[in-house]
Amino acid sequence: MDIGSLTVRAAIDGLRKRQFSSVELTRAVLDAIMARDGVIGAYLWVDEADALKQAAAADAARAGGSDGLLLGVPLAIKDILNVEGQPCTCASKILAGYRAPYDATVIARLREAGAVFAGRTNLDEFAMGSTTENSAIQLTRNPAAPDRVPGGSSGGSAAAVAGGMALAALGTDTGGSIRQPASNCGCVGLKPSYGRVSRYGLVAFASSLDQIGPMTRTVEDASLLLGVMGGRDPRDATTLDRAVPDYAAALGGDLTGLRLGLPKEYFVTGLDPEVARLVQDAVEACRRCGAEIVEVSLPHTEYAVATYYILASAEASTNLARFDGVRYGRRSAVPADTPLDMYLNTRAEGFGREVKRRIILGTYVLSSGYYDAYYTHAQRVRTLIRRDFDEAFKRCDALLTPVSPDPAYLIGATAEDPLKAYLIDIFTVTANLAGICGIAVPCGTTRAGLPVGLQVLAPAFEEGTLLRIGHAYEQAREARP
Amino acid sequence: MAAEEIDVAYVAQLATIRLTDEESRLFQRQIPVILAYMEKLRRLDVSGIEPTSHGHPVYNVLRDDVPTPGLDAERALANAPARMRNTFKVPRIVES
Repeated sequence: MDIGSLTVRAAIDGLRKRQFSSVELTRAVLDAIMARDGVIGAYLWVDEADALKQAAAADAARAGGSDGLLLGVPLAIKDILNVEGQPCTCASKILAGYRAPYDATVIARLREAGAVFAGRTNLDEFAMGSTTENSAIQLTRNPAAPDRVPGGSSGGSAAAVAGGMALAALGTDTGGSIRQPASNCGCVGLKPSYGRVSRYGLVAFASSLDQIGPMTRTVEDASLLLGVMGGRDPRDATTLDRAVPDYAAALGGDLTGLRLGLPKEYFVTGLDPEVARLVQDAVEACRRCGAEIVEVSLPHTEYAVATYYILASAEASTNLARFDGVRYGRRSAVPADTPLDMYLNTRAEGFGREVKRRIILGTYVLSSGYYDAYYTHAQRVRTLIRRDFDEAFKRCDALLTPVSPDPAYLIGATAEDPLKAYLIDIFTVTANLAGICGIAVPCGTTRAGLPVGLQVLAPAFEEGTLLRIGHAYEQAREARP
Repeated sequence: MAAEEIDVAYVAQLATIRLTDEESRLFQRQIPVILAYMEKLRRLDVSGIEPTSHGHPVYNVLRDDVPTPGLDAERALANAPARMRNTFKVPRIVES
């Protein structure tokens, strides 16, 4: 079985037709991990016996007449989502030894549909980063070019899917952390609208921005997983009570009748010429599929990165206050006379440099005397960025943009310059600030063989439109030599 | 307010983080550069603009006032770095 190109759809069909069992499928995934992950480093934790036990239970359930949509399909999970009984380290030393006591809601829903949780994938510590180099545990390499980063923060999930070591994976996207690594590695990455998918059981980084989404080989696979994961959750008050359409069933057809906008602020100097060319080619392909292309403007784009890093760091500084060595994770072994000493020692040893930098930044922008100047001001600019999208979506159904200004960076290229690293997110953070949905779909490779993605952005809760566009483009791309 | 005024050591204290001397020096150099970049937001007049705190603000979402099971004590304590009987063990808070 070649799981290097197997889709979730094909796995579902194969399992239903009894062409292979879940144990055979899961075994193939584990073998691929054994064979390739020594070089790539996508996974932080794999328990073969546990994965095969889950697979055997799925096979038994099928023999007993069960037929959940994902019954027996193995998935890789970013190591920031709680899966009961499995580690959840967030790629941080501070959570070394932690085992999740419960399932995140998305995990519970996938489990209900029969999925097998095969392993935990690497990330930037607490999802803070755009290269996965901020993992405190290991380096992940880009399967397309092992001297380069996979992107981040869901770099392990992207590398697992693109590297043929997972059929699909879950990632999280706070400022582009699903779409950007998907683009860098050459897979599909979907960031749902804020409120579409429950965040219960996701270790929070920036609560007003974080979303969980699928990373897959095809747009159809992303549709299938979103259909299972989405919908209101009483445990997350920010999920909205809106029906979850059958996204996968609605795919197909061309793009006739759709207007797609090109935001002029996204096609500017600084964009890598090869990225620009590949994205323009993708735009032309969408036009050939029947879409009307119009130019639109998102005038506050240049303020998005500053706005994002103020708000995300502020939220991170409060969310990460809970890591103090009292209830879970690692506690410093240095003897402490007072709880304060214990907190200080634990946090000094447990957090990596990028996490500390953002906590300091976030604490500063929330501190007395600076709160209005930075935090409230940024929240007001966020309103302007949202309004830009509202205006743009009056003129078009969705937007087409690059995902990232450059293809994957060489390992170490952004290590000494945090501001340079932050600017990688320039085309993706706006979707998180506005709460809209976005998808990255592969649109070719550079002459050096580096994958590049096309980003499609649609209004909140218009994932159906987003997936329809992504799917039509994908089919058009496949059809051409 | 000029961003160069950030006193990293003081802010670290507010954040309950102890930095090494090297980290203090590094952040004292880097964070003003990041804050200087943030200054571009000052160019925007936002008077009269409502702040957005969430993608889709939802308020007062309440469930029915019915008890539901949570984590039992054993599972809640399973990850405790130190425990004593059915409690999390920490350094003494109250002076003897």
